[in-house]
Amino acid sequence: MTITGIAAIGAGLAAIGAGMGIGRIGGSAMDAMARQPEIQGKIQTSALILAAFVEAVALFGVVAALIVK
Amino acid sequence: MTFYTFKRVAFTLLFLSVFSFSFASNSKDSDSEKEFDAKEMIMHHVKDAYGMHLFDYNGHSYSIPLPIILYTDKGLTTFMSSEFHHDYNGEVIVEKNGQRFVNIHEKIYKLNDGETAVTYDAEHHPTNAERPWDFSITRNVFMMWVSVVVLLLIFLTAARRYKKSGDYVPKGIASFVEPLVVFVRDEIAKPMIGEHKYKRFMPYLLTVFFFIWINNIFGLIPFFNGANLSGNIAFTFALALCTFLITTFSGNKNYWKHIFWMPGVPVPMKIFLMPIEIVGMFVKPISLMIRLFANITAGHIIILALMSLIFIFQTIAVAPVSVGFALFIGIIEIVVTAIQAYIFTVLSALYFGMAVEDAH
Repeated sequence: MTITGIAAIGAGLAAIGAGMGIGRIGGSAMDAMARQPEIQGKIQTSALILAAFVEAVALFGVVAALIVK
Repeated sequence: MTFYTFKRVAFTLLFLSVFSFSFASNSKDSDSEKEFDAKEMIMHHVKDAYGMHLFDYNGHSYSIPLPIILYTDKGLTTFMSSEFHHDYNGEVIVEKNGQRFVNIHEKIYKLNDGETAVTYDAEHHPTNAERPWDFSITRNVFMMWVSVVVLLLIFLTAARRYKKSGDYVPKGIASFVEPLVVFVRDEIAKPMIGEHKYKRFMPYLLTVFFFIWINNIFGLIPFFNGANLSGNIAFTFALALCTFLITTFSGNKNYWKHIFWMPGVPVPMKIFLMPIEIVGMFVKPISLMIRLFANITAGHIIILALMSLIFIFQTIAVAPVSVGFALFIGIIEIVVTAIQAYIFTVLSALYFGMAVEDAH
């Protein structure tokens, strides 16, 4: 297996991790919104910000895979 | 009823494409004249380039030439990118002021004196050429100026309307701009920075929000041929550097105390936290930089990869699937343009908020 293939697998693993993370954030945010619809806006904002933090880790994986030739 | 019609059409298209796909893979011709390299095509689109390539027609490329400005030991050298005749494999040599220049994968190299052709080493790096100082107006720089002009037009028009009417009722383009400005103020700046201190940072936050957004949108317009400005690491680096500098220089005593001597924890923990906080100071803007860069670049790559499936399978039968998925991703990308601008602005505001927070 070439180094590019390994890098691609690594990027895929990072995507799995980020998917799980964002899924948990989204699920919990939905739960919280159902419990307290009156602060829906605030929950949405922080859910988006947290999703951005988690997603950044997956994107580090993508960038690493792009850099490896 | 329209929904059912839509559904039927969609399913028919899906079935047709699946069937024709299976036929297509049988009838794939083996003697194509040129192997299609999806990776090279995609990278060529995502990267910066000299000249705005518009379209190919009858095997001839049409593009807008842009100026190339180089600084060598013989002084300033300028010429138009059209002199390379769309070559980026280092074959066409442009001679100016007794110096020879070639374009190798959208990087200008200057041949050493007396050389007439480029030679490469095993890793395809030129051995007898060097890169001069390059201040060219590349397509990314050109698109940045276009977006600056567009933003100035929008906002100066809006500002003039407020000045003229005097009653602060938004009209025309101002009624489009005002809700966005109010959104940045009420949803981003006030909650993140605080009621009393947000005003100082509003100009920067608004600038960053609209500048990133409009450049993300321009990146999606096919005519501009994917001038992938906000997917350029240098562009996002410059923006992240601005955020970093503003955070650092507006940091109060409290902010620095939290970095160097965290209050409220035991002394061994203070010593342990200090290097982590110092690294965190730099990691925050770096993650801003990579997030924007990678999101936008990934969007462009996905759309182009779906489109190049047609050329990889060499049949028009894959086209409905490709175009359908590319359209789907394209719609998501329109949302992403706004979300990424929002995220960058929110996180910048969050960091400013940390820097100016009072003791509690």
